[in-house]
Amino acid sequence: MRYAMVIDTLKCVGCSDCVVACQTENDVPIGYCRDWITETVNGAYPNIELELKSERCNHCDNAPCVRCCPTGASHQLDNGIVLVTGNECIGCGACIESCPYDARFQHPDGYVDKCTFCHHRLEKGQLPACVSVCPTKCMYFGDLDNPNSEVSQLLKNRKHKTLAPEAGTKPQVYYLI
Amino acid sequence: MTTSRRKFIKISALGLGGVAATTSALNMFGANSYLDELVKENVAKTFKRTPTYCEVCFWKCAAWTYTDEEGTIKKIIGNDNDPHCYGRLCPRGTGGVGMYADEDRLKTPLIRTTVNGEQTFREASWDEALDLIASKFNSIKEKHGPEAIALLKHGSPGKHFEHLYKSFGSDTIAEPAYAQCRGPRETGFNLTYGSWVGSPEPTDIRDTKCLVLIGSHIGENMHNSQVQEMSDAIDNGATIITVDPRFSTAASKSNHWLAIKPATDIALMLSWMNVIIEEELYDKEYVKKYTTGFESLKNHVQTFTPEWAYGITTIKPAEIRKTAREMAHAAPAVIVHPGRHVTWYGDDTQRARAVAILNGLLGSWGRRGGFYFKESIKVPKYPHPAYPHPKWGWKEIGEKYPLAQMGITTEVVKASIESEGGKYPVKAWMVAGTNITKSIPNKELLEKAIEELEFMVVVDTMPMAVTGYADVVLPECTYLERYDGIRSATNREPSIAVRVPAVEPKWESKPAWWIAKQIGERMGVGDYFNYNDFKEVIEWQLKEMGTSLEELEKIGVKNYPRTSGSLYLKEDENHTFYTPSGKIELFSQELKNLGFDPMPVYNKHPEPPQGYYRLNYGRAPMHTFSRTANNPNLNDLKKENDLWVNPKVARILGLKTGQYVWLKNQDDVTSTFSIKVRVTERVRWDSVYMVHGFGHDNKKLTRAYAKGINDTQLISKVAIDPIMGGTGMRGNFVTILTKNPHKNIEI
Repeated sequence: MRYAMVIDTLKCVGCSDCVVACQTENDVPIGYCRDWITETVNGAYPNIELELKSERCNHCDNAPCVRCCPTGASHQLDNGIVLVTGNECIGCGACIESCPYDARFQHPDGYVDKCTFCHHRLEKGQLPACVSVCPTKCMYFGDLDNPNSEVSQLLKNRKHKTLAPEAGTKPQVYYLI
Repeated sequence: MTTSRRKFIKISALGLGGVAATTSALNMFGANSYLDELVKENVAKTFKRTPTYCEVCFWKCAAWTYTDEEGTIKKIIGNDNDPHCYGRLCPRGTGGVGMYADEDRLKTPLIRTTVNGEQTFREASWDEALDLIASKFNSIKEKHGPEAIALLKHGSPGKHFEHLYKSFGSDTIAEPAYAQCRGPRETGFNLTYGSWVGSPEPTDIRDTKCLVLIGSHIGENMHNSQVQEMSDAIDNGATIITVDPRFSTAASKSNHWLAIKPATDIALMLSWMNVIIEEELYDKEYVKKYTTGFESLKNHVQTFTPEWAYGITTIKPAEIRKTAREMAHAAPAVIVHPGRHVTWYGDDTQRARAVAILNGLLGSWGRRGGFYFKESIKVPKYPHPAYPHPKWGWKEIGEKYPLAQMGITTEVVKASIESEGGKYPVKAWMVAGTNITKSIPNKELLEKAIEELEFMVVVDTMPMAVTGYADVVLPECTYLERYDGIRSATNREPSIAVRVPAVEPKWESKPAWWIAKQIGERMGVGDYFNYNDFKEVIEWQLKEMGTSLEELEKIGVKNYPRTSGSLYLKEDENHTFYTPSGKIELFSQELKNLGFDPMPVYNKHPEPPQGYYRLNYGRAPMHTFSRTANNPNLNDLKKENDLWVNPKVARILGLKTGQYVWLKNQDDVTSTFSIKVRVTERVRWDSVYMVHGFGHDNKKLTRAYAKGINDTQLISKVAIDPIMGGTGMRGNFVTILTKNPHKNIEI
């Protein structure tokens, strides 16, 4: 089992529904977010390209946040999900610094917080909140170890990229381009 | 100092004593601050779900409100069986929790009063406020007739007040949704097909092969099912053609973006017609069978070649031909989208006609992948005595505009001003669910009308700017706290949805149906409100429809099979359209008889003088009009609007992204607040762009106050559509001020 997320940038309209859905699902305090939208504009009028996409923790195969955590609070499950155990976290912030995606933040209660791929929903057989609400259905979630899964098939058949591959983190959120 | 009787009050209410603080997110977390425990708890959590339909915008998606054991609203999720949302809400629907939780909501009825010469509001009991409204309405009714009491409304609350108004004999009812928004397209399509476009638009986007968007920015407007179907269309490899001077989100998803010069769309469409007819690309059989006036149209567009249009639109002839051919290639599975907010330049009905005619030539109306025949189910009317017949109403007020199909707000505004010499003097307003200071242009006229009114009531959930002008302000509860009318959806298949309260109304807020009933009873028309709870009305209606509230509480949405026939035209059928000729009217005799152009013509519109830029405005996906700017969840996503400026313009003016500027329009109207510059290639050099609905001037909206600019403030020049009275609002030009023009003035 290797959980991964695939996001189709050709369909994303950057509406931020994934952001609100994550906030309400995970009680993320207002002013903080575990996922967010980026907009990239290239070219000059009228030859322009625009890329909108939803970003979050990449649940990297080679996660620097896990390696640098002094207490072991940041850890990775067998299915690839990177989690933070709140009561082991001392809030030192090393993981926040180490993440090339700026995916982690200090929760007002002191511990470090970030996307969990909605671990608690997966346990119940539900998709992550962001994936389940997206009005453009541009987000896909599944098991990369299963070659027949939707995510495996999409990566097999469509052109895609990951963010900051040069960081060597082996991110597991893929973007169809 | 003389104070105006109706001096704008920034809801500085006296004695806001009993205001409870909401639990902050921090407190919620205090007891269980460890993530693993939270995860465990999340897994074990059981929620109760209650059906509703969303009221954050007009799309009215059916949803489930989830409440936890303590009865706190946790989240709102779309109903899988709803054709408006297919189980997925947009950010505003998901963020509906914030509309309920917003601690800035109106909490008690407020009555205007004067203390030490200063006008302010004082808290009042419901009885006092309702008695006052009923007695004022009754005395105006006696003196001037019930018709003198007008209703300006929007959304679900409006329906209950419409019933109240009709009960006491007034049909003086209007909503900005018509003359400030989609009116021209309804009139334009009605003239052509004998049918309104309506809401949701019956566009078969999921099965289309070619979607043409003219200034319609799906994806920035989150018209939910349309956004979802456009995404399906992208998956299906449909061609998308977007005509927009701005590189909208939709433009970025398009195969062809026609970066048109603003205000020249009709010229482009005439040249498309020219190509489609000259190259014989139109659906010959369809045109012959279903349309009238083809020969006249052919003659009419003969000279409107792509070369002619190039000089006007700046779109290259080859691009015009190519896109026309692509449309025809996809036909009849092609949609030239009617758009929604279409009050732009004053010839908007004619532009809507051009859209309608193009669809007629391509044979897309009543065809798969074009426009389907919509259907809804009739919800039986809860019995009440017949309404009295008013002597005049919205129709007479708008009589100058023979083809207006609904009340024109701006004509109601004028009718409220004595010097405008109206035959139909309006003396009182109730404004429900619409912040008219941001939805109706020409603030000067609006304020003059308000000043002359004898009485004004505002019903809202939030202290929007309009509440500051009222004599009485009534706090409506949100959609999550009330029963409401059954939503009968007009779609491919009929369906109904119910709204059941998930929680009790917060503070002293009350549902609109209750407010309407209370005023009705006090005005002596209690017979029209023969129920104690609106729940009884829905229960009766559902029973009449062969179902029950009990069933709907379980399913939220009930779908019905079609009974009106096929979704599309059938080959062997001879469909009759509800036009005078029974055909699709490419040439409109009706328009000609009234002295209007029977076929659309291009007229040049004013252009910005040197140093000025056309003010264009639009939508952001996480906000609805001006009503969501203070919603804590949605405000968190976008707190203020920004001013899109082309890099060429920025270079000339020395503007940098992030810098705050002020705007002044052609009539010397200066923006109250400043706006953050965003230098971007996505906008043309002759125009600037901002998202509508920001720049709130009421301090009681603690998050939204003074954030960004209110575009409506700068829309002082309005081009009236002579056909239906729509207010064209895209002809205002602004200059950019880098220094604060209000420096020595206290705002």
